[in-house]
Amino acid sequence: MASEFAVELKDVVKRFITPEGNEMAAVDHVTMQIKNGEFFSMLGSSGCGKTTSLRMIAGFEWPTEGEVCIEGQAMGHTPPFQRKVNTVFQSYALFQHMTIFQNVAFGLEMEGVGESEIKERVGKALDMVQLTGMDRRKPRQLSGGQQQRVALARSLVKTPSVLLLDEPLGALDLKLRKEMQLELKALQQRLGITFIYVTHDQEEALTMSDRIAVMSKGKVQQLATPVEIYERPANKFVADFIGESNFLEGKLKSMSGNAAVVFVPLLNAEVTGLPMNKDLVNGSDVIVSIRPEKIRIVENQSGAGIFKAKVGTAVYIGSNTHLYLDLNGSRLKVMEQNRISSLDPNTFYVKDEEVLFTFPPENTLILKKD
Amino acid sequence: MLKRLRENKSAQGTLLALPTTIWLFVLLIVPLFLTLVVSFGGRSPDGNVIFKFTLDNYARLIGFSTDCAAGQSTCFDPLYLQILWRSLTLAFNTTVLVILLAYPLAYFIARANPKQRSTYLFMVLIPLWTNFVIRVYAWMVLLRKEGAINIIIGTIAHWLGFNFVPLEMLYTPGAVLVGMVYEFLPFMILPIYTSLEKIDNSLYEAAADLGANASKTFAKVTLPLSMPGVVAGTILVFIPVMGTFIVSDILGGRQVILVGNLIQRQFLDARDPAFGSAASLILMVLTLIVTYFYTRKFGFGEEIVAA
Repeated sequence: MASEFAVELKDVVKRFITPEGNEMAAVDHVTMQIKNGEFFSMLGSSGCGKTTSLRMIAGFEWPTEGEVCIEGQAMGHTPPFQRKVNTVFQSYALFQHMTIFQNVAFGLEMEGVGESEIKERVGKALDMVQLTGMDRRKPRQLSGGQQQRVALARSLVKTPSVLLLDEPLGALDLKLRKEMQLELKALQQRLGITFIYVTHDQEEALTMSDRIAVMSKGKVQQLATPVEIYERPANKFVADFIGESNFLEGKLKSMSGNAAVVFVPLLNAEVTGLPMNKDLVNGSDVIVSIRPEKIRIVENQSGAGIFKAKVGTAVYIGSNTHLYLDLNGSRLKVMEQNRISSLDPNTFYVKDEEVLFTFPPENTLILKKD
Repeated sequence: MLKRLRENKSAQGTLLALPTTIWLFVLLIVPLFLTLVVSFGGRSPDGNVIFKFTLDNYARLIGFSTDCAAGQSTCFDPLYLQILWRSLTLAFNTTVLVILLAYPLAYFIARANPKQRSTYLFMVLIPLWTNFVIRVYAWMVLLRKEGAINIIIGTIAHWLGFNFVPLEMLYTPGAVLVGMVYEFLPFMILPIYTSLEKIDNSLYEAAADLGANASKTFAKVTLPLSMPGVVAGTILVFIPVMGTFIVSDILGGRQVILVGNLIQRQFLDARDPAFGSAASLILMVLTLIVTYFYTRKFGFGEEIVAA
């Protein structure tokens, strides 16, 4: 293959004119390199530029600035039908006037593949998505999940080097969506095709992806593996968007290598944590970010790193208890696993009860204040 | 009574359908039956209907004439068959021309941005605010020997130094065709627009994504999905053109006589309602046959949605 990257976005900008006549950058200087055979997700809420980025790879939109490369070749204004990528649409976009067979065969007919080969390849594609024997039906006679599979088969039958998926599971119910997530991941690994997956569902992205680009306001906020994104978010947006985080404001006292010391007024104490930016300046305002499940409630301890708070509310949700601590008027969320089975009222948290908590420095992240 | 009606869904349905049913029975079924009865009758010397049973009117329509040269009692006169054939071909030509003109325009409107769309549709509908007959007369003004078109061409020819003999456009089959196409164009644009507008943009993108260029996308996706509109438009255009007499009357003069004119003249000038009734029924049967075969081939465009 010509390039180590299946798809590259080089400083891509896409500007639209809004109906009010204003210019808006849907994609704002985005650079990404998507490796061959990778399951890559673009994650963000609506309007973050993920779908526009995908459409530029597919060729439905052209960048205002920058360049989209597929397999090392600059695409310029190459139309969709000349790109070796295929798209699975959010709405499936099945041709209602054709049978399932005709839908899946469409792309091969356009390539001029012979009739017997079409028959064989369409059959294989339908087997692959477990729709054997459905070939004579019309799309409307299938369930949403089955239509989704037809859309998948229709794209995969062309053996694209890159498959683009635009929220393909958005219209399915939760249970089916979870099944399809695992199925898609298994399919991708079996075929070794690069998948570029657009979603607003963080769990979906974390479940399936090799790497994720978290996007917001047309910019890539962080591009990393799921673990890195969760455990080492690049900024406050990512820490907030992926999972849950407690944010405490503070002032940076000192920084040495992998440890930053921050004075947090709310705790009236100094906290040590991992700096997420190299360019933090002593004395500057920073944010201390702690995941709820990484705070521990302790008993009969005292000293540095042990803090006191009152219980605001405790919510029992079966496997976990969500504890909202009242920290001088600010709320701190703690998530505890219910490791011990007990009905004893003494083991439950009571409102306004005083508790001690601690969080280890290696689980404490120091982020730049925006 | 009211309470029982509230619970009985099928009685509600019957009640709601009743006014229209009565209306159609009195104003469609009964007159149609009377037409059928009259069509087997004859004409008295002073122009009244004589009720009897004879197939003479139908025989006359398919070419058996009693008005023959001396010595013959019956002979073949294709006059009425020619009129029927002329109506059929004119309706066919009009429909084809209207489709060819309406489709690109409907496509253009459907692909325009939503704000402009309503403006364009409004413009398509504006002519319908003017009376049908007046619009046909307007064409007379345009097509006359001293009409606008001849004046404009004449002026240009004069500038360029050519000698221009005004064209004879009015009272020709061409004039009738132009008038028909003009009158019925909106009835084709609207249904085609409706079915084109329903096609989701992602379908065009999917076709392009799967390797279809613009012309293949049109042939394989756009056209099949917009066929319901073409079929509906064809029915809306073909049937009225088969029966109308105003356009041919005004723009065709005595040169272009269609079934519609024939029927009208039997009732008003020739005072032979029996023959007029027979011609009406033949027209209806002919139209039904054509529509039947057409919809059997192309459907009503429903199967795409229903299947």
